[in-house]
Amino acid sequence: MEQISPFKRLIASSLGKKYLMALTGFVLVGFVIAHMLGNIQIFLGPEAINTYASKLQNLPIAIKWGFRLFLLTAVAIHVWTAVLLTIENKQARPNNYADEKTVQASYASRTMPITGLIVLCFIIFHILHYTAQVIFDYKDLHYDLNGEHMHDVYSMMVLGFSHWWVSIFYIIAMGLLCMHLSHGISSMFQSMGWSNEKWRGVLKITAILIGAVLFIGFSSIPVAIMMGMIKPIIGH
Amino acid sequence: MRLKLKVWRQKDQLDSGRLVDYQMDNISEDSSFLEMLDLLNESLVEKGDEPIAFDHDCREGICGMCSLTINGIPHGPEKLTTACQLHMRSFKNGETITIEPFRSKPFKITKDLIVDRSAFDKIIEAGGFISVRTGSAPDGNAIPISKSDSDYAMDAAACIGCAACVAACKNSSAMLFTSAKISQLNSLPQGKPEKDRRLLSMVSEMDRSGFGNCTNYGECHAVCPKGISVDFIANLNRDYAKASVKNLLKTIG
Ligand code: HEM
Ligand code: FES
Repeated sequence: MEQISPFKRLIASSLGKKYLMALTGFVLVGFVIAHMLGNIQIFLGPEAINTYASKLQNLPIAIKWGFRLFLLTAVAIHVWTAVLLTIENKQARPNNYADEKTVQASYASRTMPITGLIVLCFIIFHILHYTAQVIFDYKDLHYDLNGEHMHDVYSMMVLGFSHWWVSIFYIIAMGLLCMHLSHGISSMFQSMGWSNEKWRGVLKITAILIGAVLFIGFSSIPVAIMMGMIKPIIGH
Repeated sequence: MRLKLKVWRQKDQLDSGRLVDYQMDNISEDSSFLEMLDLLNESLVEKGDEPIAFDHDCREGICGMCSLTINGIPHGPEKLTTACQLHMRSFKNGETITIEPFRSKPFKITKDLIVDRSAFDKIIEAGGFISVRTGSAPDGNAIPISKSDSDYAMDAAACIGCAACVAACKNSSAMLFTSAKISQLNSLPQGKPEKDRRLLSMVSEMDRSGFGNCTNYGECHAVCPKGISVDFIANLNRDYAKASVKNLLKTIG
């Protein structure tokens, strides 16, 4: 028992994997909240969102790529531990109940692996769509702000969501992400041991609220574009 | 009462097992669930059939032997109640009742509704004890313990080790049992010296046995006949992280 290294022992343990899941989940939740707040600046008009986006794009290379790698690593660890946990959990009950019931576990908690998997597909699509811009080409969209030349992220979003199927996919994916988080956010506190009888109820409600706010924030953008509330810039 | 039972029958560990239908008539609402099974077994024996094997001992809700999954819920529909304390008035006349064993990979079905829960004993053997010299009993109250600590330990000690938590968990995780047993000893001065070693070795044994990982469904607490709180799981999560860090820094004696 003592031959294996303490580090391996921690990482290989059921609890160690849950810590990784929770910590990477925490990083991703933080990112998603910041990302939503950044995106809804589109409601302030082209100038606001384009200035914000160009500030991010013009960060020093090391910081920009360091942050991207950090996020991708978090996703990779999160997904890897999710796969391991899910496989082990299936194996732990090889023969299912003929009559299987759920007493109180939420729908969101029971669908974590599948909502996570669909979100993973979404993340890949999303990066190809708006970061790599290989699904549609938005590289030639430019915006001039008092002589400063920048990428026209505003028009990219308007064009991006002008395809109804793209908008629908984004909205569904956000719904599933927020369902994932409505369990995930309270679950991660429990997994790290930062929860008790007094706080558990508050955490559960907070998780659902954060999930709902994120869903409304993110989906409002494709909805507003499809309904013509966010209009293309004249002349583009 | 008139009931239709679907009971899991399995000859031995190797048999694949199946649900078998039985018809029961004239069952009193006041009889207990196990008495109802006793009656069924009497009639089976009269017919020369093999009676249904099921675990039970105290029939008072304190030993943790009874272990039936009734209509998909370990210990049946009543909250804070073991199967032996369940009465037929909790069911409707004419109802179909499905009775299955507690299902989990580490718990092999030995016969019908009886499962081998020695995986729990192994977890206890790994650290669910305190190392003391035996001899005459120590003086009562020789070691002062605060009321809150003793209440906490007593709440954890209410676990009767029946394994309904594992049976109800969709991941077949043994976290509620393990965390209750660890918390009980770790919260008392007698258990403190071995706290970190206990955490590491009991969790290792739990994982090694093949139980699943906790994903915080809370089904364990919902079916627990003693209402053991998932706070003990949070407590274990927190303390195991600390013990692991100490293990990394090699400061555990
Ligand atoms: C990329 C694909 C993803 C997959 C396959 C996935 C899968 C999972 C699974 C299986 C769990 C464990 C279920 C549980 O503990 O109840 C989980 C938990 C969690 N996930 Fe994800 N997820 C993904 C993406 C995300 C993203 C993008 C976020 C955040 C924005 C996130 C946040 C969380 C949180 C906070 C938890 C709770 C951690 C815990 O229970 O300790 N997940 N995820
Ligand atoms: S038989 Fe002892 S608890 Fe049910």
